[in-house]
Amino acid sequence: MTYEVPVAPGETADIETSTDLSGESWPMWEVFVRARRGISHVHIGSLHAPDPETALENARDVYTRRGEGVSVWVVPSTELYAFEPDAAAEYVEANEKVYRLATTYDIPEEVGQM
Amino acid sequence: MSAEQLVSKAPQGTPEPDHGDVFTMVVAHADDNLVVSHRLGELISNAPELEIDIALGNTALDHLGVARALYTYAGQIEGMGRGEDELAMFRSEREFTNLLLTEQPNGDFAHTIVRQFLFDAYQLQLWTDMAGWDDETISGIAEKALKEASYHLRFSSGWVMRLGDGTAESHERTKNAAKELWKYTAEMFEGERASLRSGWEATVSTVFDGATLTIPEDPYQRTGGRSGFHTEHLGLLLAEMQWMQRSYPGLQW
Amino acid sequence: MALEQRFQEIIDAEEKIEPTDWMPEGYRKTLIRQIAQHAHSEVIGMQPEGNWITRAPSLHRKAILMAKVQDEAGHGLYLYSAAETLGVRRDELQELLHQGKHKYSSIFNYPTLNWADIGTIGWLVDGAAITNQVALTRTSYGPYSRSMVRICKEESFHQRQGYELLIRMCQGSEEQKAMAQDSINRWWWPALMMFGPTDSDSPHTEESMRWKVKRVTNDDLRQQFVDMTVPQAEYLGLVPPDPDLKWNAERGHYDFGDIDWDEFWRVVKGNGPMNRDRVAHKVRAWEDGAWVREAATAYAAKRSARTAA
Repeated sequence: MTYEVPVAPGETADIETSTDLSGESWPMWEVFVRARRGISHVHIGSLHAPDPETALENARDVYTRRGEGVSVWVVPSTELYAFEPDAAAEYVEANEKVYRLATTYDIPEEVGQM
Repeated sequence: MSAEQLVSKAPQGTPEPDHGDVFTMVVAHADDNLVVSHRLGELISNAPELEIDIALGNTALDHLGVARALYTYAGQIEGMGRGEDELAMFRSEREFTNLLLTEQPNGDFAHTIVRQFLFDAYQLQLWTDMAGWDDETISGIAEKALKEASYHLRFSSGWVMRLGDGTAESHERTKNAAKELWKYTAEMFEGERASLRSGWEATVSTVFDGATLTIPEDPYQRTGGRSGFHTEHLGLLLAEMQWMQRSYPGLQW
Repeated sequence: MALEQRFQEIIDAEEKIEPTDWMPEGYRKTLIRQIAQHAHSEVIGMQPEGNWITRAPSLHRKAILMAKVQDEAGHGLYLYSAAETLGVRRDELQELLHQGKHKYSSIFNYPTLNWADIGTIGWLVDGAAITNQVALTRTSYGPYSRSMVRICKEESFHQRQGYELLIRMCQGSEEQKAMAQDSINRWWWPALMMFGPTDSDSPHTEESMRWKVKRVTNDDLRQQFVDMTVPQAEYLGLVPPDPDLKWNAERGHYDFGDIDWDEFWRVVKGNGPMNRDRVAHKVRAWEDGAWVREAATAYAAKRSARTAA
């Protein structure tokens, strides 16, 4: 597609995850939105914020464009537990399953090496 | 030195605006919002984090919307066929009557946020008052603007607190920003707007307390914006903003 | 083996792969790179357009442009969010962009030099993006597909406002029309280059198609784009800078000239007109903002400590 960038001859497509990160990044939050009364909240995506208030404000700005009458919930991603029916074997073995891979899982070496 | 000697106003000889004229009053508030919107527009793609960029952009759009509604109404009151673009793009620096606070440069994020906070706290009082006016157009614009101002105030006051009570560096920067911008606050409460001051002071004190900031002590105040007696920043801002229309006048875009 | 089979079964059934499903290493890597680069493109794309916000010729245009750029920031955010489900952090991806190891769509390495460019970007660049958008909503990875659905809903006005801007100019003064022609002269070929190398030069096409990460080939998309856009240019009275462009009745498509692949690869490799500036701008905004992010984190920590106490 259009935003796909080709690999130039002589370049490699493999990327190592960068370890040179300055500063702490803001934690991630999962966002749930109920568009109007009568329907339930739907998981709509995630964002980064330093605290619950900012997370809510950001969620309203980004995911609802401040739509009126819209209910927004935010949950720290680390607090979200999940059951995944087709989950890969390594996740089945863990005692607690978390929705997002990024935060709490020890990803096996070959997978983590991006 | 008396208190009066510490308030710098437009110098002797500068004509005073006619504050009783509705057109002049509406245009002044339109100018405030246009200039703030323009300043925030300069920050797009430059914010400290993507979420902040989005929030500032949304705020800029809100202010622009209010400015456009007010300019349109002003043009109708005047009845000389001037629309929003004639008023925004073809008035000179000496004809703009925005608050000096609004034209101050973005500086670092602390400056941007403190400027926004002081202005948001003012607009909250202003729109609350205007939402009750008899003029239906004005009260309608004010009602909508009030909802937005509450949202803006929550954002800017939250950031004043995060920066004021964050790290030593952020505290220092915020303290400096408050010190530099404080001299533009008295102007907001000139004339009939004096009644808005106590509500504004209450908001500012509460938030500054929460931010571990003190109200700056320097009594010096600079006014004059409502008389078209600006700081040296506005001319440069307008030069950029008005350039297309002035270079290619009379065309449709 | 069974896992790989199940994976391919899900894809063949046009169902979605979700974050904790087993997936081949190559699939995960390809997706991370593709989604991240799409996100980076949205964010970098804010710069060329943002460049004209302070000079927008009317308040109406100023509002439209600010809204469009904000949409792009939001799209970047949705896409980073999708990429993060694959086991990377947004700031890791961003660091790769800052180091030049991740790229973004080459089109944004060109400067916006006149107001007409704002219209041209909407018309041609968003037009090119839309050519494949519906297909991308059917991409096999759930979070990516869902981000694309959101993005598509919001895209509808982007191309329209760009084209409308150009209609206004092309129906205006001679100077305005000349500005628009100058704009298309500079953006036409970069827009065609957006579709990437010809498929015979694109080694991963087959695999991407099998995994339903890619749904239509580069050459097909480029042809679709030309066929759609040439009549639009004619309506504006603008002439694409391609002397070989002409309708081929036999094929039922427009024939067009050869792309300058030297320029294409030069820009991809980082040596286009604005590559260094775009990244430097991004890096500077990030570095200048470090104290702000740190302050917010410190404040949040202080507050948690106070509540816990």
